[in-house]
Amino acid sequence: MLRQDLVNVVSRGKSVPVIGQLRVGIATVVGIVIATGAVVFIQNAAAQNRLEEGREKFRQMATVFQHPRCMNCHPRTDFPRQGDDRHRHAMNVTRGPADRGAPGLHCSTCHQSSNQTASGVPGAPASGAPGAPDWHLAPLRMAWDDLSVAELCRALLDPARGGMKPHQFIPHFQTGLVRWAWSPGAGPHGEMRDAPPIPYERFMALTREWIDRGAPCPNS
Amino acid sequence: MIKLNVNGRAAMVDADPDTPLLWVLREQLGLTGTKYGCGIAACGACTVHVDGSAVRSCSFPLSEAKERKITTIEGLSHDRSHPVQKAWIEEQVPQCGYCQSGMIMAVAALLAEKRRPTDADIDAAITNICRCGTYQRIRKAIHVAAGSR
Repeated sequence: MLRQDLVNVVSRGKSVPVIGQLRVGIATVVGIVIATGAVVFIQNAAAQNRLEEGREKFRQMATVFQHPRCMNCHPRTDFPRQGDDRHRHAMNVTRGPADRGAPGLHCSTCHQSSNQTASGVPGAPASGAPGAPDWHLAPLRMAWDDLSVAELCRALLDPARGGMKPHQFIPHFQTGLVRWAWSPGAGPHGEMRDAPPIPYERFMALTREWIDRGAPCPNS
Repeated sequence: MIKLNVNGRAAMVDADPDTPLLWVLREQLGLTGTKYGCGIAACGACTVHVDGSAVRSCSFPLSEAKERKITTIEGLSHDRSHPVQKAWIEEQVPQCGYCQSGMIMAVAALLAEKRRPTDADIDAAITNICRCGTYQRIRKAIHVAAGSR
């Protein structure tokens, strides 16, 4: 009698809802875990996508950095380079103690604040100082010769190598000397110098998009 | 009209702002001591001083000369008494002489910045071309002007 009562209680009484609630609870927990995992997975995938997008933006930006208009003034040598073949600057021109030429023969001996049509000598204005020339080499620590795209990216972000914080890139790329690369003018014999392979506005948009994605560097 | 300060004197010139300073000096102001050599800022025959620094005037637009102090070979001294001029005479540097005004201006700018230049300093700063090949006399005269030899 006692045993039958117990079965009745188990089968008809309170224990059935308890087991049901347990099952629902377990299902809910499992569901939450799966949903959370899915959300985390999706978020990670989205983050990874943004990083990869950022890396791709930098690869496109690097076509500008590695163009002779930029590389010629970011050499690992004690002298600037010139021309699309990146030959040594004519007339024994040297870097000098402040990256602006030798004492007595500064870059501004020849390079003024605009391209000179009569002589074919290029020039660029100093930012914020109309009429003042700003032609100079990047410091040796900012040399780009022989760097892969990934190495170049890491160098640009490394303070020890003259690198900048992401928010500093835009103002730098707006300086007269950087912008000159897209208006390089003609040489002494009238031949037009090549500009970087993507337009300036596109380069700036890529830079902003790269920064928005955390300024990631390509892995290789 | 653009107002210039050349050799301590004010001058008004009427020329396109892109005109190389060289031609303003020679043709409008009659200062023919500054020579035309290559016209592409390579040879240095056209060297003058702007605010004390050497510039190649064939590649220096008139617009950038405004309100700056320009010195040509005629204004380096009134009586050939500049140390570089004296050294040039002492060492009898010139042969044909065409490049020498640019040489002297380039050397004067170097010595204003580096009082005792080494041979390496001279090689780096004096890239002017001399068709007569007076380079050794130029080097010697620079050291004389610097008072080091």
